[in-house]
Amino acid sequence: MSRVERYMNNQSHMEGAESRGLKPGEVSTGTTIMAVPFDGGVVLGADSRVSTGTYIANRVSDKIAQLSEHIFCCRSGSAADTQALTDYVKHYLSQLAIETGRQPTVKTAAHIMKRLCYENKDNLMAGVIIAGWDEVEGGSVYNIPLGGSCIKMPFAIGGSGSTYIYGLVDSSFQEGLDEGAVRDLVKKSVAHAMARDGSSGGIIRTVTVKPDGNTRDYTSGNNLPYGPAGW
Amino acid sequence: MASSGSGYDLSSSTFSPDGRIFQVEYANKAVENAGTCIGIKCTDGVVMGVTKPLLHKMLLANSGKRIHTVSDTCGIAMTGFVPDGRQVVNRGRDEATNYKETYGQAISPQILSDRCATFVHYFTLHGSLRPFGATSVIGGYDEETKEHSLYMVEPNGVAFSYYACAAGKGRQPAKTELEKLELHKTPISTEDAVKQIVRIIHMLHDSSKDKPFELELSWICEASGWKHTGVPQDKQKAAVEWAKEQLEEEEDEDESEDEEDGDEMEE
Repeated sequence: MSRVERYMNNQSHMEGAESRGLKPGEVSTGTTIMAVPFDGGVVLGADSRVSTGTYIANRVSDKIAQLSEHIFCCRSGSAADTQALTDYVKHYLSQLAIETGRQPTVKTAAHIMKRLCYENKDNLMAGVIIAGWDEVEGGSVYNIPLGGSCIKMPFAIGGSGSTYIYGLVDSSFQEGLDEGAVRDLVKKSVAHAMARDGSSGGIIRTVTVKPDGNTRDYTSGNNLPYGPAGW
Repeated sequence: MASSGSGYDLSSSTFSPDGRIFQVEYANKAVENAGTCIGIKCTDGVVMGVTKPLLHKMLLANSGKRIHTVSDTCGIAMTGFVPDGRQVVNRGRDEATNYKETYGQAISPQILSDRCATFVHYFTLHGSLRPFGATSVIGGYDEETKEHSLYMVEPNGVAFSYYACAAGKGRQPAKTELEKLELHKTPISTEDAVKQIVRIIHMLHDSSKDKPFELELSWICEASGWKHTGVPQDKQKAAVEWAKEQLEEEEDEDESEDEEDGDEMEE
């Protein structure tokens, strides 16, 4: 059967992302991930739940991976796939930095990730958001969903939990927010997704990327801006 | 300069007792006998020119090019064995395409020259291969840093970045003329560089001894939208007229050369 026929016959692509492609026992970052740029940097946010079916394999995982000094990647889908992809992109970027003698751009990182995701789309289940800061564009965000398309966006959300917060983010987002407002927006949105999506939960990790340095932070489960504690 | 190889010059993979690889030096000779190639890095771009002797009257002008575009933003001008130079250009095109596919952006001239130099050098390492008998002058623009630069790759695999460079038959007098322009202290514009290259080439050409020639000129500059293209014909014609006037003036009055004289130009 051709790939197209298999795709049309298999109805599970209509359901949630996790029901397609995960092998039995494989660990999934059914997840909520988000990235929003501001003038002078970008904020990435993610939940921390990693599940195998209904068992939570890791409730405090780090889904925000560093690709180079000022470029990060939010991972969703199969944990194994996204970890392998992240390692490849890190490797290519470090080689490029040595050859060119300067820091790679977010656009380049996104392009490399896109190529890997697209060329191997049959064997991968990975949706990633590449976000970071570079000298050429400043803060930028690229969304690379399941098929391997790559689109630069004013903000990006992804993972299974993102479906529950499209409306919230669409109405809350504005251009020109400052760093603090962006971080609050990310935390609030991820918290709302964690409240409704069974595959998202735990803590909210955020990374703020700026040219003078990156800041890692987390919001623990009992301090979420919205959640069981607040109902 | 040249000494008899006596047995150490039969293969690229043999050093001579005084540490030279004669085959590579002989490859340089092939370049030294060929048409002059000049490149100038300017304030607003890079200009390259190569002379091509018109060996037969039946040759169609504009065929057998010696300057090729390798990617939108990079061009290579070659001198020496033209077919050898074509190989380097082809490799350069492959490298540029691969780079764009892998990293999503146009190759920078720095990396292109490094890749071409590595390629050329490879052929100096193997006994079963001969070195390239061609020098490649690479002019290009880096889209990320927004800077333009000029490189030259020699048959031994060495590549340097230059303010101005020359290769081929007339390289010594050409280098002297370029040094007189003091381009490392005060770079000139691409318009002026076109004129200077034409002037130097015409100055070196001895119409009684040398065959008639065609001069290929290309540039990559603001005016061309930072794309590697041929210098427009009208500018070339104007430069030739200017150069001929300059050379006549030089003959009439010894050594008074007015480089910035643009009064005769109608542009």
